[in-house]
Amino acid sequence: MSTLAVHDHGVAHHEDDHGHHKATFLNTYVFSMDHKMIAKQFLITGMAMAFIAMILSVLFRIQLAYPDRAFPLMETLLGRFAPGGRLDSNFYLALVTIHGTIMVFFVLTAGLSGTFANLLIPLQLGVRDMASPFMNMLSYWFFFIASVIMLSSFFIQKGPASGGWTIYPPLSALPKAMPGSGMGMTLWLISMTLFIASQLMAGINYVSTILNMRTKGMDLWKMPLSVWALFLTAVLGVLSFPVLVAGVVLLIFDRSFGTSFYLSEIVLNSSQVQPFEGGSPILFQHLFWFLGHPEVYIVIMPAMGISSEVMSVNSRKPIFGYHAMVYSLIGITVLSFIVWGHHMFVTGMNPFLGGVFMITTLIIAVPSAVKTFNWLATLWRGNIRFTSAMLFAIGMVSFFISGGLTGIFLGNAALDINLHDTYFVVAHFHLVMGSAAIFGMLAGVYHWFPKMFGRMMNERLGYLHFWLTFIGAYLVFFPMHFMGLDGVPRRYYAFTEFESMKQWLSVNTFITWAAIMSAVAQLAFLFNFVHSIFWGKKATQNPWESNTLEWTTPVEHLHGNWPGEIPTVYRWPYDYSKPGAEHDFIPQTTPLSETMSSNLPHDFEDNPIGLEEHTKWASTQKSNEEVK
Amino acid sequence: MGFKKLFNSKKILSLLAVFMLLGTSLLFAQDTESAGAAASPAADAVKDNGLATAGYYILLFLIVCFIIGIFGKILRVFDLTQQIQGKQPINWDNVMGVMCLVFLVAGAYGAYWEFTVQGRMILPDAASEHGVKWDEMFWTTTVLTMIVFVVTQILLFTFLFRYRYNKNRRGHFLPHNNTIEKVWTIAPAIVLTILVIFGFFTWQQITDNVDAKGQPASINVDITGHQFAWELRYPGKDARLGATNYKLVSGSNKLGINFKDKYSYDDLQADTMYLPVRKSVRLNIHAQDVIHSVYIPHFRVQLNAVPGLPTFFKFKPTITTAEMRIKLDKPTFEYEILCNKICGGAHYNMKKIVRVVTEAEYQAWLAQQKPYLTDAIKKDLKFAAEKQEVQSKRLALNN
Repeated sequence: MSTLAVHDHGVAHHEDDHGHHKATFLNTYVFSMDHKMIAKQFLITGMAMAFIAMILSVLFRIQLAYPDRAFPLMETLLGRFAPGGRLDSNFYLALVTIHGTIMVFFVLTAGLSGTFANLLIPLQLGVRDMASPFMNMLSYWFFFIASVIMLSSFFIQKGPASGGWTIYPPLSALPKAMPGSGMGMTLWLISMTLFIASQLMAGINYVSTILNMRTKGMDLWKMPLSVWALFLTAVLGVLSFPVLVAGVVLLIFDRSFGTSFYLSEIVLNSSQVQPFEGGSPILFQHLFWFLGHPEVYIVIMPAMGISSEVMSVNSRKPIFGYHAMVYSLIGITVLSFIVWGHHMFVTGMNPFLGGVFMITTLIIAVPSAVKTFNWLATLWRGNIRFTSAMLFAIGMVSFFISGGLTGIFLGNAALDINLHDTYFVVAHFHLVMGSAAIFGMLAGVYHWFPKMFGRMMNERLGYLHFWLTFIGAYLVFFPMHFMGLDGVPRRYYAFTEFESMKQWLSVNTFITWAAIMSAVAQLAFLFNFVHSIFWGKKATQNPWESNTLEWTTPVEHLHGNWPGEIPTVYRWPYDYSKPGAEHDFIPQTTPLSETMSSNLPHDFEDNPIGLEEHTKWASTQKSNEEVK
Repeated sequence: MGFKKLFNSKKILSLLAVFMLLGTSLLFAQDTESAGAAASPAADAVKDNGLATAGYYILLFLIVCFIIGIFGKILRVFDLTQQIQGKQPINWDNVMGVMCLVFLVAGAYGAYWEFTVQGRMILPDAASEHGVKWDEMFWTTTVLTMIVFVVTQILLFTFLFRYRYNKNRRGHFLPHNNTIEKVWTIAPAIVLTILVIFGFFTWQQITDNVDAKGQPASINVDITGHQFAWELRYPGKDARLGATNYKLVSGSNKLGINFKDKYSYDDLQADTMYLPVRKSVRLNIHAQDVIHSVYIPHFRVQLNAVPGLPTFFKFKPTITTAEMRIKLDKPTFEYEILCNKICGGAHYNMKKIVRVVTEAEYQAWLAQQKPYLTDAIKKDLKFAAEKQEVQSKRLALNN
């Protein structure tokens, strides 16, 4: 009944709005509290950050491809960071660090969850807005400020943080250890603290909205998988991000207030003995990875949810094993808290602990495998419509398989000895959480673009974008596995100093050109995106013939989402191609009583009265046929 | 259709024209510059900052965009004329289905090429005892995962082709099948259990720190990482390493060796890490400033060097450098220690050469190494002359 009460309140509030508020530019586009506008703000900021991080990656790829060549243009653009047209080695590390930080946190956490949780949770659950629209707005603006601070570190004397996105102390704690550990690191820490605050506000909002404000009939087992994924992601974030704050705050203390939580027995420049005693750099790694590992699931789970939804709609088939999909998401969520140690097998952590983390890590592969098989089964005997969104969802599955399998190597403590921190790791996570998550995000953008902007994106350009990016990503990351197996470490400024690595120089050039190709392909997307916002074909109300609630809202946005009463939900969201049904999709708002011919006993699992009615109806049908 | 408007838009066309003009003028500028280069090469070197080249590439990109745009337009026109003539428009679902199949075939060939060409460029067989176990584990995992990789990718892309859209057909309504779901939950669970057990024992054997019975006790070697080099310390005749304390580090005592400890008197310094073949080695790993990582890929050895947390790795090299040179047919081959944990600007160039030699060669080499306790240090510390208590105070004040 509580759902009903909230729902009524929503209506009342909505009517008030028209009476009192005047829509100005400022409260519509800037400080908007409407979840749809906030979703768009997250998306566009996330995309801007993604393009910046992509440009950074192209810069350091150029350095790797041509370690001996000077590019005068680079000096023109980067000034002191590229003296004589060659990247400074410290700046190279800064590029790697900021690329990683932006991609993991600003694009794939805020850009992905922020966009789709804000857009889909209210629309797919039949809610007028988030539980706390104000907190939602605050969440975006904290994120925005965090982004600005992160980027501002490029404009300070010594450059941005450069200790890797994992910012392990003591490197990050000692300003003398490298230029980036000075002011740049301070800005990184401030930015991340704000970012985490943003994520917590957002996460609490998502969880409370999902648990309290669903429309009538929308019980948990009728929620689309996208919402399930976003829900579990939010839970994961709310539980793990605070631990990173703890880690970051202690690091701030070590850097600025003379404590030694992470510092012990340090001598700088081979002779300057530092006063720190009793701390442990490993402590930071525990705190960091306690967030860091759930973080990779925070990144991938929304992509999984979006892909499940998109694949079901475009295969015109219910997602195979809906319950198994949800349980495997729950399994991943729970297990992701007890696997962080697999990032630390070779830190000198007790080998017994390593053994334990290996077991938990390989267990988490089981739910991941179940999800993959279920996706394949969803495609099997489907009627597959190749929309751009569908292609990206498929790309996500392909990347998830390719990258996930190498996780079985890295999760094995013994194998990790020789693979840790090599290019094998780079290839692994760029496929499984980088490419897969970004493909999930792009699938979401193509799929829900009509909902966000009321217009369609160009499908042909979408195809071009997909194939160039898909092939490009494989060309970039597949060879890296072999570099890793040859023992080539990551985060190396140049491969020229070691005789054994020189054989990979030509491969590096190839990878760089593949990366540039993929980067250029993103311009097709950018053009398509911007062009379609203004001049795209006008969208119809339900362009993909989908079952979920968001397509019952009018194309023109209005605050409160539905003009009249919020629709009631009667069925699960995956009744596609149901035998006996008139169309190959039955929206969630269609009562079972209107679809007698297609109902199955399975539809009445928790509904004995309904089942009785159904059997009665079925037997009359049968007898009628016999009479005929 | 978005394209239509784009090509009708005068603004965008004129913008394109401006870009083209800019590009050509840049190219011309480059030409004139290179013409003038003969006269004053020095002036040219200052001027040419690659802007012209970048302009060239941007122009190239714009041309490509233009061609793609025209191609799209032609496709659209073709599609429309087909429709006007009452024929079927382009069936993009079929096109994409075929593309998926093409990708599968091309991808399979690409993966095969990678495995055969770049697969040969990876590390040779392990040159250490535990490395052999590592290799076994690795190849087992590789075979199992590659089977899954090939099967799932083939299924994925053939399903896409086989079940592409057809308006006369409906999808097969199959919400779930508990039996098959159980099968594919349990099957990976079993495979992973095997890998876990295998991996767990391999891991235990590798990290086992006890010298096996009947084997000679391991040789202790200290390796200390600092920005950006490795320092080595070998025990002398007493076969034991002396104590160290980071507070004793100074310009002359770079490892902070405590020379009050009698075991430290004969500790030796070395530039290259010589190791006797088929002798167990215990590498004691230290770091002075930031985290480093001792990584010797050929031995399958890696462990972080953490300041304040001494760690060690035990292994037994089985192939000498000379043998490896013959085996790989590379006369200049050396085993190398790399730093594999980001440690600052010169992280990419923090190496140490390891030479695995016979026992006799090792002893001969060891005899030539110089002790850390040089005459200068002796003098510095007034080692012989002063009493121990005074000394300790001085050492403390030495900070």
